[in-house]
Amino acid sequence: MSDKKTILSVKDITMQFGGVVAVNNLTLKVREGEIVSLIGPNGAGKTTAFNVITGVYAPTNGEVKFHGNTIISNFPKGKMDKLYAGENKGKYKKTLEPTPDKITKLGIARTFQNIRLFKELTVLENVLIAKHMRMKANIFADTFRLNHKEEQKMREDSLELLRILDLYDVKDEIASSLPYGKQRHLEIARALATEPTLLLLDEPAAGLNPQETDELTDFIKDIRDKFHLTIFMIEHHMNLVMDISDWIYVIDFGKQIANGTPVEIQNNQHVIDAYLGVADDE
Amino acid sequence: MTSTAFLQYCLTGISIGGIYALIAIGYTMVYGILRLINFAHGDIFMMAAYFMIFAMVDFALPWYVSIVIVLAATVLLGVVIEKVAYKPLRNSPRMSIMISAIGVSYLLQNLATYLFSALPKGYPKIDFLMKTITIGGISTSVVTFITPILTLVFVFVLLQLINHTKIGMAMRAVSKDFETSQLMGIKINRVISFTFVIGCFLAGVGSILYFTPRPSVYPLVGSLPGLKCFIAAVFGGIGSIPGAMLGGFVIGLSETFIKAAGYSEFSDVFTFILLIVVLLFKPTGLFGEKITEKV
Amino acid sequence: MTEQKKHKLSILFSVIAIVVLAIALVGVNKFTAPTYMLRTVLQLGSIYALVAVSMNLLNGFTGLFSLGQAGFMALGAYTFAIFTIPVNQRAGVYYLYGVADWLANIELPIVAALIVAGIICAIMAAIIGAPVLRLKSDYFAIATLGFAEIVRIIVGSSPMNRVTNGSLGLKLIPKFPNFYFPFIVVVICIFIVWLLINSSYGRAFKAIREDEIAAEAMGINLAKHKRMSFIISSFFAGIGGALMAMYMGAITSTTFNITLTYNILLIVVIGGMGSLTGSIISSFLVIAAREWWLRFLDQPFFIAGVQIPLFKSGFRMVVFSIILMIVVLFFRKGIMGTKEFSWNFILKRMGKKEKTPVGGEGNE
Repeated sequence: MSDKKTILSVKDITMQFGGVVAVNNLTLKVREGEIVSLIGPNGAGKTTAFNVITGVYAPTNGEVKFHGNTIISNFPKGKMDKLYAGENKGKYKKTLEPTPDKITKLGIARTFQNIRLFKELTVLENVLIAKHMRMKANIFADTFRLNHKEEQKMREDSLELLRILDLYDVKDEIASSLPYGKQRHLEIARALATEPTLLLLDEPAAGLNPQETDELTDFIKDIRDKFHLTIFMIEHHMNLVMDISDWIYVIDFGKQIANGTPVEIQNNQHVIDAYLGVADDE
Repeated sequence: MTSTAFLQYCLTGISIGGIYALIAIGYTMVYGILRLINFAHGDIFMMAAYFMIFAMVDFALPWYVSIVIVLAATVLLGVVIEKVAYKPLRNSPRMSIMISAIGVSYLLQNLATYLFSALPKGYPKIDFLMKTITIGGISTSVVTFITPILTLVFVFVLLQLINHTKIGMAMRAVSKDFETSQLMGIKINRVISFTFVIGCFLAGVGSILYFTPRPSVYPLVGSLPGLKCFIAAVFGGIGSIPGAMLGGFVIGLSETFIKAAGYSEFSDVFTFILLIVVLLFKPTGLFGEKITEKV
Repeated sequence: MTEQKKHKLSILFSVIAIVVLAIALVGVNKFTAPTYMLRTVLQLGSIYALVAVSMNLLNGFTGLFSLGQAGFMALGAYTFAIFTIPVNQRAGVYYLYGVADWLANIELPIVAALIVAGIICAIMAAIIGAPVLRLKSDYFAIATLGFAEIVRIIVGSSPMNRVTNGSLGLKLIPKFPNFYFPFIVVVICIFIVWLLINSSYGRAFKAIREDEIAAEAMGINLAKHKRMSFIISSFFAGIGGALMAMYMGAITSTTFNITLTYNILLIVVIGGMGSLTGSIISSFLVIAAREWWLRFLDQPFFIAGVQIPLFKSGFRMVVFSIILMIVVLFFRKGIMGTKEFSWNFILKRMGKKEKTPVGGEGNE
């Protein structure tokens, strides 16, 4: 496995809000083509870690590399200089805090724990919006339809995507009118429309019924293969996680407590104590 | 500028600042609890002035009775506005409730124009407030002198109320987290009504103090002071009562000195520039709390 | 009915509708007296429609609650007036303070001045947009309101005497060259906004309105798109202000006070935040109601010789504001909500009547 290229590398990331350390010195790697899961109890800092990787929060310390290039980097300064309670202070000297849209442009797409669709817009519009970023025409050309061909292609690509993800039949429905499971699919479709190489899924199975959860396993593997993706996800459904993951990271109180293959994790005493418990999968 | 003149301006500035502070408290409290800029607050202040004219001129009541009536009527008006125009929208987007506030402001102005005509009306004189007193070479009217004192007294009482009573605790809880405090059994409607009672009571007091030394009232008279007081509240950090007081005094003083320097045309421009500068460099004001959105 | 057929039909209907409206307009022009109320309502209504659409682009489509419209209108109106008041009459207009030397001999054709007015507003929006757009919802609203007041006060202040004529205001601004002029300008402007709304950038604006965080996660540069929306909205508000100046012929800084912004906002709300057709319909309805249909409320009213007491000057605006409050409280979506008028809807109705099976095109 180690012969695969590392696509995402998170180094010494600490995220501190005031005096609260939400993520503490987190280091992890995601290799190309793999499905990697991040698990841990509620409040362990999983979503915060995602928010750092996607640029929603600038980390307090540490750096993130994507395809070998440093995309995010920061160190404690200003008020944080004194307040800082994490490790590796002084190791990083650069400040690089791109906004989320810049990260998405680089090829990292995400979904949200509590579905954030453009509720009042149609399914097709939701996907078209995700394509907007790759548009070359400026606002003037676009308004006066001087880029007719580009627009046409955007539309065709989006419809094709909807067809693949089995959403074509509902393309003109308002997003919020879809059943919950379909909304999750649409969120993934929308993320795929940004043409990512790395897809971050934040609890994709939350709120799904058992049957839908089962289907999700195949669905995720499917899109990984079809779109040549690497997938990094947060999930609480242990069956799903153990089934699907090539590698698992476990964090608790913002700190990594273990990482390994599903089998290793299931037998790791630390993880069982902190999170898995005994003979119970939730 | 001689030192007497300087002191004179200081007193004038502090006095008008005190009035701004009283009105700003109404904005800041309502915003703290409902996250609503109560655009109608300036017009409530204007209506209070008309109530005074009604009581003292039309019904020829003595000033002490009139003041009670004015305060009661102003408070009632505020509470009714909340019940009719804001309460039904409590669960809708913040934009709708703000639009409703703008609608109420529009309605009050038109109503005042209809009832009292657009022409300025003379404000009744309360004799003892207009008496001139001289302290250390500065001569001023009683009202100018007592305004800052009254302001400080009211702010002190209000802070005691908020920090040391049950309803005060409820108000603090609601402003921290609306939903959770509801779940904790706080009667949210009572708290909100009470906030409006305090806000409008202070606006009524402010109105009496503001108009006593001024000649007349007209329907649009509340909108500019209203905006300035909102700016005072933003300056001090919206939601913070000491902040609103400080903001009121800062705006009152700077306005007075700009006028004294001969730039009276631009005193309001200064206030608005102050607003934009504060918003840009310290969006939560001097004493405001930082709010981060949860993703 | 297939999509293509529907599309063709709706284009056909639109063309017919435009022709009918144009003929109606010619009819109004030919057969009504110049002072007839309908003419006023149509002209003023169309100007308000443009300004309401420009505000809707920001408030309804991009989700930025701006209260600065009157400020940009003032800027547009004054820019237009300064460049179009006939040179030989300037001495009379600026009789008290005189006219600034650089300005004395510049006179632009009307259309050029309209565009200049728009561009000046766009530049101003670009300048103030960068800092102000960082503010969140109601802070943004109050900052834009502050900006509008600053513009108004500065325009009417004494250091500007030789340019804007200070508190005296400007007069002898060229009137509309003909009855159709405002309609042509407004139709062109609104058509451009319509094209924009339905373009990819327009969709990006709507995405920002729906959910900023999700929009950003989809790669939409929030700062850039908000700025574009703000600039374009201001551009058209400036043109609207210029048209207003032409309509009135004389302006002072008090013309553009906060009440004007409130008026426009309320038109947008009645029409539906996020609906262009809503804003247009509502502009004409509101102007017709305010200037024409409700006029009788301001006159003494008699039934069988007995005067009904409520009817006197000012009652019209009270009734008007009560109607407004009812819309705000009970019909929050306004006339159109976020929907647009479409022939499809009407066609669907017809289709159902004819019992033609609706193609399996998704719309169940």
